[in-house]
Amino acid sequence: MNLSFLILIPLLTLIGIMLVNGKTARVVAFVGSLLQLGLAIFLLFAYMHERGAGNVSSVLFEETHPWFSQWNINYHIGVDGISIAMILLTSVVLVGGVLVSWKMEYQSKEFFFLLVLLATGAFGFFISLDLFTQFFFFELAVVPKYLLISIWGSGKKEYAAMKLVLMLMGGSSLVLISILGVYYYSAVGGVGTFDLKKLGTIGFSHEIQMFLFPMMFVGFGVLSALFPFHTWAPDGHSSAPTAASMFLAGISMKLGGYGCLRVAMVLFPEAAHAYSPYIIILACIGILYGALVTVKQRDIKMMNAYSSVSHCGFVLLGMAMLTKTAIVGAVLQMVSHGVMTALFFAVIGMMYERTHTRMGDQMGGLLKVMPFIGTVFIIAGLTSLGLPGFSGFVAEMTVFVGSFQVQDLFHRSATIIATMSLVVTAVYILRAVGISLWGPIKNKEFELLPDATWNEKLASIILIASIILIGSMPFWISDLIAKTTETLFSAVIK
Amino acid sequence: MQNFSYISLVLIIPIVVFAITGLFGKKFSAFSGILGTVGMLVAACLSYFAAYQYFIVGGRADGVYPTIIAFKQTWLQFSPNLSIDIGIMLDPISVMMLVVVTTVSLMVHFYSIGYLHGEERYATYYAFLSLFSFSMLGLVVATNIFQMYMFWELVGVSSFLLIGYYFEKPSAVAAAKKAFIVTRFADLGFLAGILVLSFYSESLDFQTIIHRMMDYNSPIFHNANTASFMGLSALTWALCLIFIGGAGKSAMFPLHIWLPDAMEGPTPVSALIHAATMVVAGVFLVARLFPVYSQVPIALDVVAYVGIFSAFFAAIIACTQTDIKRVLAFSTMSQIGYMMFSLGVAGGYWGEKGLGYSASMFHLFTHAMFKALLFLGAGAVIHYVHSNEMGDMGGLRKKMPITNIVFFIACLAISGVPPLSGFFSKEEILTAAFNHNKIIYAVGILTACLTAFYMFRLYFMIFWNKSSVSHHEGEGHHGEAPFTMKLPLIILGLATIVVGFIPFGKYISADGSILESEFHLNLAIIAVAAGLLGITIATAFYMKPSEMPAKISASIGSIYNSIHQKFFIDEIYLFVTKKIIFNLVSAPAAWFDKNIVDGMMNFISVVTENTSDGIKSFQSGKIADYVLWFFAGVILISLLIVFAF
Amino acid sequence: MSEIPMTYVLFVSFALFFIGAYGFLTRRNMITMLMAVELMLNAVNINFVAFNKYLFPEKGDGVFFTIFIITIAAAEAAVAIAIIINIYRKFKSIDSEDADTLKW
Repeated sequence: MNLSFLILIPLLTLIGIMLVNGKTARVVAFVGSLLQLGLAIFLLFAYMHERGAGNVSSVLFEETHPWFSQWNINYHIGVDGISIAMILLTSVVLVGGVLVSWKMEYQSKEFFFLLVLLATGAFGFFISLDLFTQFFFFELAVVPKYLLISIWGSGKKEYAAMKLVLMLMGGSSLVLISILGVYYYSAVGGVGTFDLKKLGTIGFSHEIQMFLFPMMFVGFGVLSALFPFHTWAPDGHSSAPTAASMFLAGISMKLGGYGCLRVAMVLFPEAAHAYSPYIIILACIGILYGALVTVKQRDIKMMNAYSSVSHCGFVLLGMAMLTKTAIVGAVLQMVSHGVMTALFFAVIGMMYERTHTRMGDQMGGLLKVMPFIGTVFIIAGLTSLGLPGFSGFVAEMTVFVGSFQVQDLFHRSATIIATMSLVVTAVYILRAVGISLWGPIKNKEFELLPDATWNEKLASIILIASIILIGSMPFWISDLIAKTTETLFSAVIK
Repeated sequence: MQNFSYISLVLIIPIVVFAITGLFGKKFSAFSGILGTVGMLVAACLSYFAAYQYFIVGGRADGVYPTIIAFKQTWLQFSPNLSIDIGIMLDPISVMMLVVVTTVSLMVHFYSIGYLHGEERYATYYAFLSLFSFSMLGLVVATNIFQMYMFWELVGVSSFLLIGYYFEKPSAVAAAKKAFIVTRFADLGFLAGILVLSFYSESLDFQTIIHRMMDYNSPIFHNANTASFMGLSALTWALCLIFIGGAGKSAMFPLHIWLPDAMEGPTPVSALIHAATMVVAGVFLVARLFPVYSQVPIALDVVAYVGIFSAFFAAIIACTQTDIKRVLAFSTMSQIGYMMFSLGVAGGYWGEKGLGYSASMFHLFTHAMFKALLFLGAGAVIHYVHSNEMGDMGGLRKKMPITNIVFFIACLAISGVPPLSGFFSKEEILTAAFNHNKIIYAVGILTACLTAFYMFRLYFMIFWNKSSVSHHEGEGHHGEAPFTMKLPLIILGLATIVVGFIPFGKYISADGSILESEFHLNLAIIAVAAGLLGITIATAFYMKPSEMPAKISASIGSIYNSIHQKFFIDEIYLFVTKKIIFNLVSAPAAWFDKNIVDGMMNFISVVTENTSDGIKSFQSGKIADYVLWFFAGVILISLLIVFAF
Repeated sequence: MSEIPMTYVLFVSFALFFIGAYGFLTRRNMITMLMAVELMLNAVNINFVAFNKYLFPEKGDGVFFTIFIITIAAAEAAVAIAIIINIYRKFKSIDSEDADTLKW
């Protein structure tokens, strides 16, 4: 199939949004995102069919067009199992995000435009095989966030938007430096290349790897909330409008994880080995410390934002463990956390819209008033704390089992420390459920609040369905990722 | 080999009922109870049939009951060796558990139709109940230790949801949270144990693990037994960690604190989850891995001592509680302690040594019946009186004749009076303890005496002790209980009388061969005497209103108080979590994040801003300044070009 | 009649240029500054013509450039005066010190 459709459909949607006026924009955005979801699912089946037919090349559906030929920059796209998982995630979250913002009043046309633009960047990022193109899409997925947060956000929105964009840009600049480094060092007696596939076979010298890997990993890691560069996340997530939070936590943080894994570790396997203990330490700090900080948050949106820091720590932990199972777990965690956190932000947004407060202790008894929203909140919470049957469990257990395969005390202790966060997660999730949904109704005005509208219900159902699909039948997605991991990371895996 | 594939229906029915009542229950609220009950009835019949087919028709092959895998499907492949499989494994203990779980669950389903009649969230209740039954059944038939862990978590969450059923009550919310978090904490041990065990045995499959760990000569066993960490072998660590998980679920000291509070849930739920089925999951877990445990004496000792301590500890506390459900909760904890130490004293795998194992399973079976009966009876009383406090009851024997009789039977059974079921199982446990360790035996006897005392204290306070009866008379109260509540009581009452006569050792023993339990008359007399002593004391104190108990408790004032407050264990936990974790770890971490980590980022931006403030005076906006700088620059560059190059 | 030495001509253009530069820096009236700029441009023109005449008499490049510059200077004057008029409308002054909002 022709992969360019994955970029083309969002682009056409963007044009469509520009052409129509006012409220129609949301319809266009919805139709576009549904088409995209359909395409992503079709892509999954096409991929599986192709693999089933015995195609063993690491990347499928490749396509190359020269872009700036004198610098050897190409529009080179293709997919493997990992990127398909990411594409599915992005399209599900996109549909959810559009549905949740259905009732957006203020400048809705611009809002949907930026939302779809963001998704375009993400799609492009996940399918690019050319570092330059990839970086281009990467930036495309970062910049609209500034506008989304500063225009439609709440709370300290200007501060948060500025901080987020500056920190992410700081990360991008590191990535850019290392991309240029890769480009120049790959030029052995000729023009350098940005092509990921070719670069993967070059094998940089040890010094170059040791020099470029940290820059690239930290650069992408900022986006994936690598401790101590995570502080953009709580402010950014909590100030952003609902759909933007969903995107930010659900997709943008995965851009970082994907970059760390698919670019940094594939290009610099030796350095990945050398630096993995440091990454593990940072990831463990992020996991446990993020969870502990979460316990103290009164603001439930802030709570989920911090919990994202903790959950994304599992992604970094899994990939730094350098075993096949752990890397598969890291990817599963990216997908699982993406859907779960999108659902969580969506439902928190619904509660905020009705109660006009984000403080858990000012709510109370909401389950009685709005059973649907309450149930969705509980489901999201249970996914977050890793209940079997939901996606979080599959991902976390894969990470744990994978990391326990490394046979020394350091890795073992890291694994055990990471498992401890499961309890802390349970504490803050149940606390949030207890104070905001259960107990007596604190505010008389809340008794009349309406339950979810059709668009909110649909969004929740789509997200919950994907959570359950991964959580109760994990073998298909785990197989999908595992096969790719084997071929892609053969140099990395211990 | 017979076909057991229909067993998967036992699991499928509850989950389907859960889906239906959960999604559409609102519309057919009244219907959901009937649907749930009928579904469970079918499941129960299927399990009875399976038990018949397995034990009677199938019988032994080569002297042992075969382990049958009725269904197995890879669910998640971690690596070539390790995978989570979802499957159904039938062996003596899982078949027995199928019977126990479906029976009690059926009784509770049926009972709840009357008990929760007219509740607003009736359908939700049945949905959760079905979810629980599904998870518990999945747990007992697990083929794979990770499958067990998954269902383990699921029973935990369904217990959480059911305890929090009355979610408007802050105490119920707190209890639900506590139950989940404490067991979750224990599950951490289970998970870590699974990781260690699976790493060394290179498998997650129960049969494979057991097979490999039983083989002394295999390199796998050798590795696991020699790799040591802090003085203990990896295998010991793994088993102790797994036991932590089991202890959490089974409310063993010091992870028991959630169980009394869990009584905030509806009473039938307490009967099902917190008395008969879920809390024995820990015992079941140890029993399932018993062949491996039997290789590691240290781990078995841990199990035995934790078990006996919990049994005794809980029995003491139960003597002072005034909430009937809490008395029953502590009694549950005490009885599970019996099952645990019984496993612990089963010093070996083969033959006579495995008596403890089969005694433990026997007690699990009988306990499930009479404890469910006690809880359901207590539920009937609470339903009638609308209070949990013993002080509000008394003299109910006339008003609730059937409840009175079955409650009395159950109390006799738990006290170990022959020929009721509790006598047989308890006697076997004590015999096993006597053979293995005299101290444990002595404490066991003492606990049996205490058990009889507090159970009859409870019984007399509810049904006799006339003084406080008056305020219920003439209220025009509804009758004893609806039919739906009485029938399960009667059935369970009959079961309590009958099940003791099942020759359990014939069916369930550690190594699968026939275990003829000898009847030791001396030991039986001692045990029964201990029980009767307790009953006598209780009769003297509580049958008629008397000043004695108050006097005694006053004379040992502070001790009584600390027992009544459950030895302040809750307060210690509260102190650790609230004061230490919340205030000394979490709060500083939050502060650190806001001020130091984030402060660093803000500091960078402040520095940038100040620098730009400093250099922005170059940018005055006055053309003349710019030109001057321009000329200066031109001159400088031309001088450079002329002189430097 | 002997030729005027080249240095004389260059000196005139040099003087003219710096008179213009001095005027540009010291005057605040934008019209005067514009005139100063014109002086500098003319100094350049003189240079071009002089070099063309003395060094490459057979070519015409310098003269062409001069003509170019004269044209551009005319256009530039037009644009500059338009800007000045706009500045006057905004600031009610054509003093360059008053129009210092360029920094933003």
